[in-house]
Amino acid sequence: MRTAKVSAWLTCAAMLWAAGVQAQKPKESTSPGILHRTAPEFVRADLAGRSIDLKSYRGKVVLLNFWATWCAPCQIELPKFDAWQKKYSAQGLQVLAVSMDDGDAPVRRTVRRLRLDFPIVMGDAKLGDEYGGVLGLPVTFLIDREGRVVAKLKGETDLAALESQVKQLLAK
Amino acid sequence: MRPKNLPKVLIFLFLAGLLMGQVARTQFSNPATSASTVPQAQLMQPTELVRLLKGSGAEQPVVFQVGSFVMFQQAHIPNAGFAGPGSQPNGIILLNKFAAPLKKNQFIVIYCGCCPWNRCPNIGPAYKQLRDLGFTNVKALYLANNFGDDWVAKGYPTARGE
Repeated sequence: MRTAKVSAWLTCAAMLWAAGVQAQKPKESTSPGILHRTAPEFVRADLAGRSIDLKSYRGKVVLLNFWATWCAPCQIELPKFDAWQKKYSAQGLQVLAVSMDDGDAPVRRTVRRLRLDFPIVMGDAKLGDEYGGVLGLPVTFLIDREGRVVAKLKGETDLAALESQVKQLLAK
Repeated sequence: MRPKNLPKVLIFLFLAGLLMGQVARTQFSNPATSASTVPQAQLMQPTELVRLLKGSGAEQPVVFQVGSFVMFQQAHIPNAGFAGPGSQPNGIILLNKFAAPLKKNQFIVIYCGCCPWNRCPNIGPAYKQLRDLGFTNVKALYLANNFGDDWVAKGYPTARGE
């Protein structure tokens, strides 16, 4: 009897978990776009005024995230990316973020609130176009050590799956 | 702890974890202003708007984008006006300004498409503002995922720039 009850609870819990995972499953882009091509280069100042040159990260795995302060799923992902930056930095991960906000004031507030410690630059339509059109957020690109875009993830990301992809790239 | 209580404790911890995850996911979605506050009857499907845009002038709505300017610059519905993000005070000010000269029965369609529909912070406040201003014929374009997937990728008409 007790075993049956426990089994029922576990089944319910597993169904809830599965439903949650399914609901937040990200869409991995299948359109050719910039996938498997060299990531479009950019040089921009980050919020601290440092020059961020994407090309200078060749040899590292780059997680390039487009986000905005008003994007709810983005706010959930960013702290995780910050943790990964610390966790995998020695293995060669570099997180870069591009804010698609219309001005940098709310971005600075959010960065302070979330205590983000990786370079964040301001984006614009030109950069969005170069990355195939950023017409919905969040969008995350994974760029391998050779500078090629190997994944484009749209929408709220399955962070466990993304971390797994990052680890695979770092292992190469 | 007695071993016989272990399954209960594990289940409790598991469910608590699920709940906390859900709380984190909804933390930034204010139910009072989310897109889900727009009545179902006031939603418009993209195909319907495409049909209207191809139609005669009489039934043409005034279209406002109530999201990000950076996204508006990349692509927007032809002749749509940028009315500012509905979730921000400056967006509401801009929306008021654009709406001021319009008749209260003007057919207005607002859209955003910045994020998945249930996460969009802009549509709900913009819709409420227009209703509060007395507009009686306001529809919200239902973009399930975002403007890129549900409009641009489907080959519907778009314009660029400001």
